[in-house]
Amino acid sequence: MSTIGNAFAPVRDAFDSIGDAFHRMNQWQKYSFYAIVIIALYLAPFWTDIPVIGPIVDTPGTQFSTVLNDQVIIFVLVALGLNVVVGLAGLLDLGYVGFYAVGAYVTAILTSAHGNLPWLLSLPIAVVVSMLFGVILGAPTLRLRGDYLAIVTLGFGEIIRLTAKNMDWLGASRGISNIKKPPSIFGLKFGVIDPKPYYYLGLTLVLIVVFVLHRIEYSRVGRAWVAIREDEDAAELMGVHTFKFKLWAFTIGAAVGGLAGVHYAGKVGFINPDNFPLQLSILFLAAVVLGGSGNMYGAILGGVLVAYVPERLRNFADKRVFVFGVVLVLMMVFRPEGILPKRVGDEHKKRQRSSQNEEVAQ
Amino acid sequence: MSEILLDFNNVTMQFGGVTALSEVTLQISRGEILGLIGPNGAGKTTCFNVMTGVYAPTIGSVTFNGQSLAGLKRFEITKAGIARTFQNIRLFSEMTAVENVMVGADARKKSSVGGAILRTPRQRREENESRERSMELLKFMGIADRAHNAARNLPYGYQRRLEIARALATEPQLLCLDEPAAGFNPAEKQELNELILKIRAQGYTVLLIEHDMNVVMKVSDRVAVLDFGKKIADGLPDQVRSNPDVIAAYLGVDDNAS
Ligand SMILES: Nc1ncnc2c1ncn2[C@@H]1O[C@H](COP(=O)(O)OP(=O)(O)OP(=O)(O)O)[C@@H](O)[C@H]1O
Ligand SMILES: [Mg+2]
Repeated sequence: MSTIGNAFAPVRDAFDSIGDAFHRMNQWQKYSFYAIVIIALYLAPFWTDIPVIGPIVDTPGTQFSTVLNDQVIIFVLVALGLNVVVGLAGLLDLGYVGFYAVGAYVTAILTSAHGNLPWLLSLPIAVVVSMLFGVILGAPTLRLRGDYLAIVTLGFGEIIRLTAKNMDWLGASRGISNIKKPPSIFGLKFGVIDPKPYYYLGLTLVLIVVFVLHRIEYSRVGRAWVAIREDEDAAELMGVHTFKFKLWAFTIGAAVGGLAGVHYAGKVGFINPDNFPLQLSILFLAAVVLGGSGNMYGAILGGVLVAYVPERLRNFADKRVFVFGVVLVLMMVFRPEGILPKRVGDEHKKRQRSSQNEEVAQ
Repeated sequence: MSEILLDFNNVTMQFGGVTALSEVTLQISRGEILGLIGPNGAGKTTCFNVMTGVYAPTIGSVTFNGQSLAGLKRFEITKAGIARTFQNIRLFSEMTAVENVMVGADARKKSSVGGAILRTPRQRREENESRERSMELLKFMGIADRAHNAARNLPYGYQRRLEIARALATEPQLLCLDEPAAGFNPAEKQELNELILKIRAQGYTVLLIEHDMNVVMKVSDRVAVLDFGKKIADGLPDQVRSNPDVIAAYLGVDDNAS
């Protein structure tokens, strides 16, 4: 195979050995492992204080924990949601930023522009409204396939942005300011200076989303999604109500995208239509495809990379769409399955499948 | 004859100018193995496609268990009790063998997103049922040793059998097999015939498309023959074998010497 494809082999092997080691652990060891990883993640804002590692991970120009929350958490959340739509169900959604915008705008409307609700109460409402938008967009379009769906969703993202830009009720190009902050809890104060509380909150949201999506993925619903992605006609002929499950994929994806928008709005306190450009949709998609479409952990990795790398490498941020465009093209050529693709069944145990592959090729 | 399970009534199926089926009438009785044979392009697969809702017939109707299939969606037809395999293997290649079968088993299940998130007792029960039933079917088909391999990594013979297991998992009354022995050697064909007989013994009705006359004659209770979209014979294997129209159809066409 290709050399560039093989360049990812060390990454993959590293994750594989973690995976293999993980499979050998007993229950108690597994829980301890989870606990350690989660604690390490909650301590991420302090990674910069670690000798040697600190200077390597630190982001020049921007505070590390700001990058963690404003970039990494947002991209990881969005990648998790978009992975359901694109990675699992195989539906190409080019307008995912629309749901992110809906989440942010609903919070902005309810807590500032046209209401006085607390942020926390706006969260479930915004998620439900995002899901409704998922249904509104999905119901007529999910009967379309492939290219058509991509074009319609692309239009959706733009329609949301342009509607916000042109409606006074939505603040038009001025946007909406004074969006309420999350409530103080456990002595964490959600202010304007310290980004750490937002990061803790965001990480908590990510963990909840991972938990929920994991349960859905390993159920009848997740199987239906993958079956649809693999062969929609065959799936339907095996009794899968394809339309219903595609709509669910859209709706759940929309919920997670909306949630990311709520978190974003709560942090920045001010949004306007320019925060939701088409190119964000592209970057979101890049995160999923780069990391490993169809694998939740791949999507997370992709989200981290697309969000973090441009901040780590100075002067890269404004070129990131271009650079990730090139990276994506290369990936499509040399490693279309992404850096960390999903391994099916026994593959993580026995990696020597070449002899069997030959049998199939007969 | 006994109860009619599927009634294929005067079906014509046209694709633009091509008439794939022309006024075909065909009945399948509950519990029988009906062999459907015919030269290449005779319209056998098209019969399956009409029965399973892939295409709506241009003229005519299909009745299953006394219920018209007109207007039913494909997955509704599956739930009504017709399952099929594909001539060109169409597995969910990125899923494991057992997951492939579970997709079929899931057709009879109800729990959805809410159940999955909350892991409700019903969801857990259904999940276990699907998994256990699917493993049983893999064992029945003799491919359980590869249950956790990706479908794309399975040997060809396993893939063919997996298709049958997946179809059986939907709990059909009528199982339609589209050339399940294609590409098999005589020993494998023999094994498959035995499996088909076992399947029927469990109470399934089987509609079997097969190219190889000899194979189909051995297992079928009854054989129907299509040629250029028309049914030219329908009867007991021995009658069909000696039918002059059938002999002409098979001699007239350069059939693959399998
Ligand atoms: N979707 C379609 N569009 C146009 N023509 C079709 C379509 N499906 C089938 N046909 C035509 O209908 C005829 C019957 O095809 P069918 O696949 O049913 O034959 P078959 O008996 O299954 O043949 P084989 O033994 O090669 O599988 C062929 O001439 C085929 O080209
Ligand atoms: Mg055919």
